[in-house]
Amino acid sequence: MGWMAWTLPTGLFFAGIAALLVAMTVWQTVSPGRERKGFLPISTSRGDRLFIGLLAAAYGHLLVLALTDWPLWIATAICVAGMAIIMKWG
Amino acid sequence: MKTYNNKAWWLVLPVFVLVAFSAIIPMMTVVNYSVQDIFDPSTRYFVGTEWYREILVDPRLHDSLVRQFIYSFCVLAIEVPLGIVVALSMPRRGLGVPFSLILLSLPLLVPWNVVGTIWQIIGREDIGLYGWTLNSLGLDYNYASNPRDAWITVLVMDVWHWTSLVALLCYSGLRSIPDVYYQAARIDRASHWAVFRFIQLPKLKNVLLIAVMLRFMDSFMIYTEPFVLTGGGPGTATTFLSQTLTQMALGQFDLGRAAAFSLIYFLIILLVTWVFYTAMTHNDDKG
Repeated sequence: MGWMAWTLPTGLFFAGIAALLVAMTVWQTVSPGRERKGFLPISTSRGDRLFIGLLAAAYGHLLVLALTDWPLWIATAICVAGMAIIMKWG
Repeated sequence: MKTYNNKAWWLVLPVFVLVAFSAIIPMMTVVNYSVQDIFDPSTRYFVGTEWYREILVDPRLHDSLVRQFIYSFCVLAIEVPLGIVVALSMPRRGLGVPFSLILLSLPLLVPWNVVGTIWQIIGREDIGLYGWTLNSLGLDYNYASNPRDAWITVLVMDVWHWTSLVALLCYSGLRSIPDVYYQAARIDRASHWAVFRFIQLPKLKNVLLIAVMLRFMDSFMIYTEPFVLTGGGPGTATTFLSQTLTQMALGQFDLGRAAAFSLIYFLIILLVTWVFYTAMTHNDDKG
């Protein structure tokens, strides 16, 4: 695996994504969800909202990096809050 | 609804393994590269998000990105309507069907680098049919020195190469429309435009979605044809994103910076494709 040039932060990042996918699968198996309409302009399933949240988080981090000198944890905190809002009311 | 059996998911496993090796594992490697300064396999330093910060304010990325969006927009604006017109004018029965299908397939069979070479020759003002004809008509055409001519040639080359794909997809969509729709239109004395607008176009929506997405992704990632034809010039007039990326990764061997660049590139394609797909399938759900 040396050729993949792993680092601890990227390892933790991918482990987090994998854990998120496993958790979503378990959640859907235990309590199946349906598509519904929230504040987003389209009807979405839980998986759709997770995808939208992750994509928005990626762009959010890039915006903070491009436009501000803020430390990255502020972007991460905002994106986690955004993800929670999208999952709950999106 | 209760799910009784999930064993069918095992059938997805081969595809998952294939995608893992062809896409997921390389992508994870790119993410790892993007946070490091890499000199050789054993000499690398963690730099965090530094490459992203630098790349996001790099004027080279901004210029290439603008050029890329203009190029993809032009490609879609020309090839999609032209492909529909070609498909509508193709014969529906008789010997003309296989003939036109073979004729349209020919450009798709030509490899990208050969397409670039063909147009490099066709565009020459001394021996090329296209360049010589334009100059004979009194137009001062030279794709090697004039950015406008280079752009037109790269676009015409793409239209020549890929309009067939849109046309073939649309033709397959048109052939799948049952004849009863046309019979009903004839009874109602619908005009040609009304038949197109209310029967053919709605039925073409799904194939058009695939055509638009394929042409957007391909044109947004274009590399070989303009590289062979113009080498990205004159100056940087036809240097698109993938060429800027290749120069960074292979020309300068700046792997960390190139990895950050390619992830931003990937995010743009992912967002645009998702927006296209959602917009078109969402309307489908409503209608």
